[in-house]
Amino acid sequence: MRSRNVLTGMLLGAGSLAGTLLFRRRLARQRERVDVYFGDGAMVSLAKPGEAEPLLRRARRILELAG
Amino acid sequence: MDAAAALERLREISSQVRAAVVFERGGKVVGSTLADDERAKRVAEEAEALLAEAEQQGDRTNGGEFAQLEVALKTGSVFVVRDGDRLIAATTPPEPTVGLVFYDLKSCLRELEAPAPKKRQPAKRKAATKAKKTDAKS
Repeated sequence: MRSRNVLTGMLLGAGSLAGTLLFRRRLARQRERVDVYFGDGAMVSLAKPGEAEPLLRRARRILELAG
Repeated sequence: MDAAAALERLREISSQVRAAVVFERGGKVVGSTLADDERAKRVAEEAEALLAEAEQQGDRTNGGEFAQLEVALKTGSVFVVRDGDRLIAATTPPEPTVGLVFYDLKSCLRELEAPAPKKRQPAKRKAATKAKKTDAKS
């Protein structure tokens, strides 16, 4: 009986952990961001409002123009 | 291959690309999937400005040469890819397969540089030679 409770608890814990990870991953994907790749293989990801905002604004204009 | 053919091929191979504009540094439009030339020009100008700001960011971080960028927005994504002096700006729906879009855009730019494939001449048929039958009766 006790081992069954432990197993149920473990399954619930694992399930909620997996759910949290999936949720966070989905949230991160939905976040507006700019990824800049350079010739040497380096990549810069801009997600902070201050640094990304000018580029996001231009990209919004491009989406509007392209329809 | 000319720009129109390369963009047509891009649309065939990539279901994610909604619109694309090929341009040169300075904003000169080489080709576009947009029907309106004025719009294509404005997209090229905006993409050029986007690129300039991204390059500034690069100077601040590692000083590397710009290769490509993706701007992910809630309403869709904007891609800019460079190959030499040529660039391509493209739009996609939200959450595209980023690697695949970059690959398709890069291929499109490379096809522009490549000379048009020559039509193959039909292979000449060799005159049928009759195999000499050696008389087995001996």
